[in-house]
Amino acid sequence: MKAKTYDRFYYFAVYGLVALAIIVTLYPFLYVISMSISAPEAVAAKKVFLWPVGFSTLAYERVFQNRQIWNAFYNSVWYTVVATLGNLIFTVLGAYPLARPRFFARKFFMGIFVFTMFFWGGIVPFFVVVNKVGLYNTRWALVIPYLIETWNLVICRTFLQSLPEELYESAKIDGANELRILWKITLPLSKQIIAVLALFYGISNWNGWFAAVLFLANSKLHPIQVYLKNVLLSGSSAEAMMSWAQMGRSALLSTLQLKYALIVVASLPIILIYPFVQRYFEKGVMLGSLKG
Amino acid sequence: MRQLRRFFSLCRRDWDLLVIISLPFAYYVVFRYVPMYGIVLAFKNFSAAKGILGSTWVGLKWFQQFFTSAYFPRIVRNTFLVSIYYLIFSFPVPIIFAILLSEIRHRWYQRIAQTASYLPYFISMVVAMGMVVSFLNPDEGILNVLLVKLGMTPIDFMNQAQWFRPVYVVSGIWQNFGFNAILYLAAITSIDVQLFEAATMDGATRMQKIRHITLPSITSTIVILLILNLGNMLNVGFEKIILLYTPATYETADVISTYVYRRGLLENNFGFGTAVGLFNSVINFVLIIVFNKLARKLSDVSLW
Repeated sequence: MKAKTYDRFYYFAVYGLVALAIIVTLYPFLYVISMSISAPEAVAAKKVFLWPVGFSTLAYERVFQNRQIWNAFYNSVWYTVVATLGNLIFTVLGAYPLARPRFFARKFFMGIFVFTMFFWGGIVPFFVVVNKVGLYNTRWALVIPYLIETWNLVICRTFLQSLPEELYESAKIDGANELRILWKITLPLSKQIIAVLALFYGISNWNGWFAAVLFLANSKLHPIQVYLKNVLLSGSSAEAMMSWAQMGRSALLSTLQLKYALIVVASLPIILIYPFVQRYFEKGVMLGSLKG
Repeated sequence: MRQLRRFFSLCRRDWDLLVIISLPFAYYVVFRYVPMYGIVLAFKNFSAAKGILGSTWVGLKWFQQFFTSAYFPRIVRNTFLVSIYYLIFSFPVPIIFAILLSEIRHRWYQRIAQTASYLPYFISMVVAMGMVVSFLNPDEGILNVLLVKLGMTPIDFMNQAQWFRPVYVVSGIWQNFGFNAILYLAAITSIDVQLFEAATMDGATRMQKIRHITLPSITSTIVILLILNLGNMLNVGFEKIILLYTPATYETADVISTYVYRRGLLENNFGFGTAVGLFNSVINFVLIIVFNKLARKLSDVSLW
């Protein structure tokens, strides 16, 4: 009998604590969404705490009326697609030779690549180099200097090494060169790792903002994250926001509500793909934990 | 001579692999190694017209300026304090969370909890920090609205130096605990079920099983992650701090990397910025090497 009460109490505590963790994690998201769709009057009266109070799409209408936001959104899509493609190509090209035991310079290149995980020249020389190469204020500044994330390359190599060596033998006998083998044999077997890499790179490209602040003076090239940063975190644009919010009949709409609507719009792509890709994410983390 | 000939014959044999790796190699040379060469800027008076090579040497001028400046002790202290506080408070959270999850008997509940827990890791730093700043806004932020409801005075969190570290640490735990629990949970899941069954036969309580089976089984994972975190101590969340800090909180928030960014790039002191950045990189490098050595000594797992 005693053991039973103990068990009951134990599970009550465990399930309760986990529920608490879920609530703490999700509450901020729910609050942001509720604020963005509540009636402006309720927001102004500070009545929203959890669920929406009243309903209004005014904040979203304002967000979608803004041409700059459309432009920034388009830019983000461009950067995510182009940069992620470049990331995948360069990472696979870099990882494949390092996964081939026959390659005589394998250790040399691995050393060169991995060393950069531990030491770098610092932000100033990096900035000078990117400028010198002529990428300043071009879209490519967000693509080319960030082509390979070494950690992802190591994960990719670990995966490729796990493919059985026999695969290569028949191809070798046929006299195929490694380029052909990579294209015809390895790639079709590597869909999983490519999905994981596309996910890691894609998310970091969509979420990235600092490179744009660093290299893009032209605000027409800015991704949505930078637009968001200027609105949410720099006081400078608050006033512009205000006049924007209060155009026409929506005099009641507060900047705060607009900000929350903007947060939702900028996170939407991530939230939408999240349930589908989450599984690959765990897989990638586990791959990374194996020693390369 | 013979070695050279051997080298060329190997190159000829592996020409295809060399072709494949040439593009990534070029990338590393241009964007990772040329900037390392650019470290010479730390000893030069950079002028854009003369370039890195042509600029005049100034010896250790920038280092002297940095080590004697009033900012030096402040940013070094802030860097270490921010990362140590963060490490102390955030490190146990994913371990506890993973153990709790492993005790959940309903698969669906476990999945929901896990899925929810690493959602904050996915959203961008700008969104996460934008939420933090909006929630803490003194007039309309939810936290201050609640404080006022409870009869307290609102707090201007983002503009008070003593609040910076708590905000940094708490938001960091929220962003990362679920993601960091993945590895621990995997380690727990791989424990042999027979161990638990045997313990149950012997009449062990659930708490005893956690203490004597679960914890010892994930100790090596804990040690490795702790050591890697210590090695990365100077890599404090640069992007996060840039988004969170204001001149009013520089006193506690300004770290080496943010100082380098402000002085070096925003104020165009390339030589000085490179010098301070080099100081940061070197300490970082030493820490990583030392702690990795330690990891290898304590367990047989290490980064390389």
